[in-house]
Amino acid sequence: MTRYLINRLFISIPTLLAISVVVFAILALAPGDPMAEFATNPAITAEVRENIRRSLGLDQPIYIRYVKWLWAFMRGDMGFSFNSRSPVVNLILQRLPTTLWVVGTAYLIGALLAVPLGVISALKRYTLFDQVVTTLAFIGFSLPTFFTGILFIILFSVQLRWFPFIYNSTLRVTNWATFLAQVRQSIMPVMVLVLFQAAVLMRFVRASMLEQMNRDYVRTAKAKGLRNFVVVNRHILRNALIPVVTLVALDIPTVFTGALVTEQIFRVPGIGALLVDSIFRGDTPVVMAITFIYAILIVIFNLVADILYGILDPRVQYTR
Amino acid sequence: MSASIPAPSQAAVPERPPRTLWGDAWRRFRRDKLALFGAMTLLAIVLACVFGPLVYTASHSQIDFSRSQMPPNWAHPFGTNDLGQDVLARVLRGGRVSLSVGITSMLVAITAGTLIGAISGFYGGWLDVALMRFTDLFLSLPQLPVLLMVIFLFRESLRRLAGPETGIFMLMVLVIGSLNWMSVARLVRASFLSVREMDFVLAGRAIGAPAHRLIWVHIFPNVLSPVIVAATLSVGTAIITESTLSFLGLGFPPDTPTWGRLLFDARDYLEQAPHMAFFPGLMIFLTVLSINFVGDGLRDALDPQMRPR
Repeated sequence: MTRYLINRLFISIPTLLAISVVVFAILALAPGDPMAEFATNPAITAEVRENIRRSLGLDQPIYIRYVKWLWAFMRGDMGFSFNSRSPVVNLILQRLPTTLWVVGTAYLIGALLAVPLGVISALKRYTLFDQVVTTLAFIGFSLPTFFTGILFIILFSVQLRWFPFIYNSTLRVTNWATFLAQVRQSIMPVMVLVLFQAAVLMRFVRASMLEQMNRDYVRTAKAKGLRNFVVVNRHILRNALIPVVTLVALDIPTVFTGALVTEQIFRVPGIGALLVDSIFRGDTPVVMAITFIYAILIVIFNLVADILYGILDPRVQYTR
Repeated sequence: MSASIPAPSQAAVPERPPRTLWGDAWRRFRRDKLALFGAMTLLAIVLACVFGPLVYTASHSQIDFSRSQMPPNWAHPFGTNDLGQDVLARVLRGGRVSLSVGITSMLVAITAGTLIGAISGFYGGWLDVALMRFTDLFLSLPQLPVLLMVIFLFRESLRRLAGPETGIFMLMVLVIGSLNWMSVARLVRASFLSVREMDFVLAGRAIGAPAHRLIWVHIFPNVLSPVIVAATLSVGTAIITESTLSFLGLGFPPDTPTWGRLLFDARDYLEQAPHMAFFPGLMIFLTVLSINFVGDGLRDALDPQMRPR
């Protein structure tokens, strides 16, 4: 197990390095100049522009910039944003709580909804309940989040006037009233994510349950005369949830990236919104840092999923 | 494809036409109501987008401020937008672009995935290891950020190279396709690994069939059904990706309506003219939903284990 873990860690380092090279190369080789907006500004002479360029380290060849960036990143220094002239770390830390609050809540609710629905739907296969739930799930994951978001705004903000459709980032939770306001403005973005997440997960839970229900050990358990409840809870569910847990772990980074669109619709000032804005402004250090953090999350959660699988399913042998 | 063993009982009933793999698949597909519904809807949408603009002749680009933001009515079934352009005409136009982006990027993804998976699975060894590392690398790339980055950074140069519409189209298709081939590659590789050990491949080898013949004539047809399912579903993914990009303002130029672009344009008018957002969004949803239904139906229909004996 430990050897496997060390092995996997060693494999993920080159992967991460390769990703950082790819992302860095895309940004560095792209036509267009991060200094372009200074070029059109008549107040800045060519000389000053050169100085700015040098102060940002842009006069050096790509590979030197890459090595410098990598070395700094490993020490936790992500550089300065071209745009706001503040450290990238600060920008990210500023946005992180919002993203975690919205995405985290959505993910939790999604999982809490999806697992019971999937289980019941599988147990009551082909009943009306099952058909309704699977159809809803199908609709849920065919609805792109940007369309659900817009539908929610039209329905709940414009028509019914229940929730505000722009997320107020200056709101500080200090008492009960502001907490309610915070909940009220988070409901729509959270629900958009929940709908999609729960739909995907529910289908997966259902499929996983169905796969286990016909196994021999279930027949044995039933033949022993165990109550149905015990068979479902102690036998089927335990095995059926193993792949579900891995999927949940694997999906956590994608939820971060998926929130990008939702954050954009409701103008939630999270990390996704920061990334989109930075891409539009050509703010390379911020884009690089966020993209690379995403990549690290993907690799880490891949590893977590693998390890979880091994812990939950003793049949899995770590041989490599 | 599948070896049929002539059973003595079959000779006794000569009236029944021979059953084929595709015939069986079609029979099962037909029985799946949702899949059939999906196929019908999809066909209707495709036909409407291809031939609709010929029948419904309202201009998709004519600006008329006196008819701005009209709700759906007889003259304009889907209403008009902020510039007084007919939304139905724009939705039909946009469908052409969105559907062609979806289908073309599917072709890119499936071609790349099949090639890489086939080579990896057939040859094995260091080539397999290298290609699978490459696949893993692509799988660990954060998809949406990379997509946004590439499109944003390279669209200007491609626009200059191939014109505003074709340039973006090429970029879009290439990028969406090249971030979507990995699951197909893994799928094809896994099937190749198991099929290449079978006796009929050995027989092919023994009579001296060259590698490309073994790959494409002997092994590939056995891998076809999962590839068809993946291809169907990936059209839906590609359409969603294109719409997402357009929705974030990174897609086609404003005068080229695509479904995502129409939604993006409608964002600022949700209070006054919700129909501007509703219809293009509905089209995306219906298209993706029917593609998913068809894909699911195909998965069941093409599964050889479900084939009645």
